[in-house]
Amino acid sequence: MKLRLLAAAAALGLLAAPAAAQQPVKIGFVSTFSGPQAAIGQDMRRAVELAVEHLGGRMGGRPIEVIFEDDQFRPEVGKQKSEKLVQQDKVHFVGGYIWSNVLLASLKTVTDDGDTILISSNAGPSPIAGELCTPNYFSTSWQNDQTPMAMGEHLNKRGVKRLYLMAGNYAAGKDMLAGVKRTFKGEIVAEDLTRWPDQLDFSAEMSKIRAARPDAVFVFYPGAHGVQFLTQYAQTGLRDTVPLYTAFTIDAISLPQQKELALGVPGAQSWVNDLPNEQNKRFVADFRRKHNVYPSFYGAQSYDTIMLIASAVEALKGDLGNKDRVRAALRKADFKSVRGDFRFNTNQFPIQNFYIQETVKDAEGNLTLRTVEVALRDAKDTYSDKCPMK
Amino acid sequence: MTLFAEQLLNGIQLGLLMFLLAAGLTLVFGIMDLVNLAHGSLYMMGAYFAWLFTGLTDSFLLGALLTLPAALLLGVAVELVVVRRLYQRDHLDHVLATFGLILIANDAVRLIWGPDGKRIALPKWLSGTIEILPGLPYPAYRFAIIVVSGATALFLAWIVVRTRVGMWIRAGASNRRMVSALGVDVEKLFTLVFGLGAVLAALAGLMAAPILTVQIGMGDNVLILAFVTIVIGGIGSIKGAFVAAMVVGLIDTFGRAYLPDILKTFLSAAAASTAAPAISSMMIYLLMAGVLVWRPAGLFGART
Repeated sequence: MKLRLLAAAAALGLLAAPAAAQQPVKIGFVSTFSGPQAAIGQDMRRAVELAVEHLGGRMGGRPIEVIFEDDQFRPEVGKQKSEKLVQQDKVHFVGGYIWSNVLLASLKTVTDDGDTILISSNAGPSPIAGELCTPNYFSTSWQNDQTPMAMGEHLNKRGVKRLYLMAGNYAAGKDMLAGVKRTFKGEIVAEDLTRWPDQLDFSAEMSKIRAARPDAVFVFYPGAHGVQFLTQYAQTGLRDTVPLYTAFTIDAISLPQQKELALGVPGAQSWVNDLPNEQNKRFVADFRRKHNVYPSFYGAQSYDTIMLIASAVEALKGDLGNKDRVRAALRKADFKSVRGDFRFNTNQFPIQNFYIQETVKDAEGNLTLRTVEVALRDAKDTYSDKCPMK
Repeated sequence: MTLFAEQLLNGIQLGLLMFLLAAGLTLVFGIMDLVNLAHGSLYMMGAYFAWLFTGLTDSFLLGALLTLPAALLLGVAVELVVVRRLYQRDHLDHVLATFGLILIANDAVRLIWGPDGKRIALPKWLSGTIEILPGLPYPAYRFAIIVVSGATALFLAWIVVRTRVGMWIRAGASNRRMVSALGVDVEKLFTLVFGLGAVLAALAGLMAAPILTVQIGMGDNVLILAFVTIVIGGIGSIKGAFVAAMVVGLIDTFGRAYLPDILKTFLSAAAASTAAPAISSMMIYLLMAGVLVWRPAGLFGART
């Protein structure tokens, strides 16, 4: 009797995956799904769901279970939700995190657990790339300083000599300004850090810009703040007199509101929707078919997060028992990124290109973003030297 | 000098907007003794109504004009359905119920109009700048805010000081029981005051909307500032709300404008630019603490 059962199980085993493999691969995903920044969370969620769909709902023979949690745009809530994912849901991976301050608050909860691996889909605060780097942290985005560094190079090329800087007063804002200053060769006239996230009115700062008469202004205002900044920049008349350069201020989510105000305002980014690789074409086309809007870079990076996880789970044939092997498989980055070439540096941040993008009208008259030029090629972040991992 | 004048205008504009928000809140709190956390939601609904009606009529002015009666209806409806049941209860129940209203309003807006923000396009004559003084271009729309809210403040002062309704309102703020004993229909007065508060909040929301864009939860941040304002001014006092709102607007603007430079004289540039926004947001609360020590009922408090 026993023997026959075993034989039957063995026969079944040839057809189906081993019994343990039927347990789902659990992925927690922390993002902002409520409040004024909820549009970003919605874009990321759509991209994650599209990735799961493209994978046929399985990785390494196991079903995929994604648990979405709302950080409400607040560090303390993000930490709570991360704790819930790690301790209660016992997820294998935690992805997501738009905001550097939310990520920094949640970091230890996830990476010190030992059984859970964090893959940031957006935020890339400098400490984690440097002295706080850990084998349990991977990034499918960038380190905060890098995108503005690309913009700094572009400003040099445009012949800008006197630059005015503005950003929100939080971890990412400071990293962004540090990034521009690292590559920009001209004079920094002044820099304003504004209250984050509650300050939406920039009248006092814009009056100062007018008085300072810089050649150009660089700003970092992600999400809804980017719409407010551009609107007010036009209302004060500065848009016609002082050229504006940006990082993470104009994207597929804010563009439908910024509309014509975004024309002629360049931005830097490591992914643009028109990058000519097959994976990206499929991602953008299917996303647009499903939702009738362009995906944003937040979505693209989230899609890569799921695809990176899938590559490791596939390589291990669904066996996630040995975390060293999981980490080693992730480090190979053996997946097709929507950015094209993608590999990990020693601190497990990507080595990748950065592009300058501009706003244009597509064939149907919708505003969208287009790649203008490569600003940095195969760029590594500057903090990786401080990371003890080799 | 022109920079100073410009920052002064910025401060006045912010202060006037804050006054519209605080005026409704202080009336409702002072006269009806109701802690209305949902005041910020009325501000948000004003912005959403303005966006909706501007889209329907294709005119910002018409949209703005339609928003006010819509806000009045909404305010009266909220008073009749929810708020009316709270008067006999204590403040904790007010907070619970009106906090619930905030959650309902935010989620209702997300269900109906989606999570992404909306931008209201301004007509051409409002979207540029005008030269107020030689060499001082100022955004036409911000100037319009100053004019409209300034006029509203005067109108409100006239109602409160010169009319019979205003007399009831002032009397209600000082001694509610006496007013009802003298035969004033307190129920109607409350509905009216709540509706008026809703209109003022919506007016602030619709005027802020083209600058700040229309967003879910946009009222939650300003609500705290509005409460600080009415505490400084004295609960129930329109005059106090005005003075406090102007002080708050000017402190906030000048803090942002000059504090980084002042701090730079004795701090490193990096430390100064980080500390300045933090300190400038604290100054208003420090002011409130100072006023509460000096005059616990606020600058122009009706009750002691």
